[in-house]
Amino acid sequence: MAVPALRRSLSFAGQSLTIASKDVRAELRTKEALNASVAFALVILLLFSFAFEPTEVETRQISGGLLWLVFAFAGALILNRSFARELTNDCLDALVASPISGAALFLGKAVANLALLVAVELICLPVFGVFYNVGWTRQFWPLMLVVLLGTWGLTVVGTMFSALTVNLRLRELMLPMLVYPIMIPGLLAAVQLTTPLAMGQPLEGDLIPWLRLLVAFDVIFTALALALVETVLVR
Amino acid sequence: MNPVEVAGVWKFYGDYPALREVGFAVEAGACLALLGRNGAGKTTLLRILGGLARPTRGNVTVCGAESRDRATRRAIGILGHGISLYDELSAFENLHLFARIYGLEAPKRAAMEWLERTGLERVRDGLVREFSRGMRQRLAVARAFLHEPSVVLLDEPFTALDDRAIALLQTLLRDALAAGRTIVISTHQLREALELATHVALLVRGRLAHSGERTAEMLEDTGWLYRHYGEA
Repeated sequence: MAVPALRRSLSFAGQSLTIASKDVRAELRTKEALNASVAFALVILLLFSFAFEPTEVETRQISGGLLWLVFAFAGALILNRSFARELTNDCLDALVASPISGAALFLGKAVANLALLVAVELICLPVFGVFYNVGWTRQFWPLMLVVLLGTWGLTVVGTMFSALTVNLRLRELMLPMLVYPIMIPGLLAAVQLTTPLAMGQPLEGDLIPWLRLLVAFDVIFTALALALVETVLVR
Repeated sequence: MNPVEVAGVWKFYGDYPALREVGFAVEAGACLALLGRNGAGKTTLLRILGGLARPTRGNVTVCGAESRDRATRRAIGILGHGISLYDELSAFENLHLFARIYGLEAPKRAAMEWLERTGLERVRDGLVREFSRGMRQRLAVARAFLHEPSVVLLDEPFTALDDRAIALLQTLLRDALAAGRTIVISTHQLREALELATHVALLVRGRLAHSGERTAEMLEDTGWLYRHYGEA
């Protein structure tokens, strides 16, 4: 193989997609995190439905909060595996030593986590609709937009802290402790948007500032993560 | 300019200096055997050379650039303690993944070529988790050499290898030297390393105790170097 050919680098997007497809493929082969996350999410939805009366208006008024609690808790199981998967056989060393940029590696992992988390959420949403008597499909596309934006925020912050805590012995505990406080603005916006959308209210008026907050949260934390990840990976 | 240059490198883990003002250079086509007892700093130095860690002080250049430089990383091949392969992927998928990451022009062809070279073409679709230890090791060697690196860094490469993998690795290393590539090999297995090495560097508690050409007396008596330059 000629040296000039070796020098032809993959594009940033191509590198990210290579990592993302590797992560999704590896997870689909074992389904370790996916099965645990789906099972955990469904159990919480079921338990919450016992605690709150589905016919009550108040239940529907807190439905957005309940849903995002489920997404955040179940998401931690997937996010924890993201970089921990690379510890087996010292795969992380091979990736860090390779010519792939830290930002492309991070983005690839974040995209894979987003795909897995959205899959879990799409399984949860119909169950949520039935258990809490919520017509979540009435504002289907606006709700999907909010779910996607909120999940991206959770994914970006979670993937970054997954890289940061990967060498800690208590990483399963540390990840949620670090992620949830930082996620407060993003989760708050997602909850404030999800509740009215799930009750059929259109995405307009008072909801727009919350949407702006959610977008700003995603943009800021994506930029921060892409800028800092190299420092986190090479010490 | 030498392919590997290390000047005044210090590395601290907290207050502990794992490396203390280490400096040496390795010429193109040379093989440096990096020797030292456990905890001498061999792995730390190799991690710095491979861009996996940063020196606290000092400079390291590989192929004329900083080791975290993208082009430099493309020129380095590392075989560390772990096999750095994904258990959930097949042999072909693993090599194809790294061929893509290293930007090889024909990643599928490169992966197949190395599967054939390592005698693993018949199990190309088998998952790595189902492989025997020897097969995993041969695939790891293929992963490290896949992009034909001009600088090869090996950390205790013979320790976990079976006979077939040792023979394969020795052939690849001799071919690499013949092709003018540079090798830095850290090992406790003095016989294998000294047979291959053109130069030696001995680390004692993070300090470079000796650096120079490998002499005939080192090969005849593998303990010679430790007796003359090592700790009592």
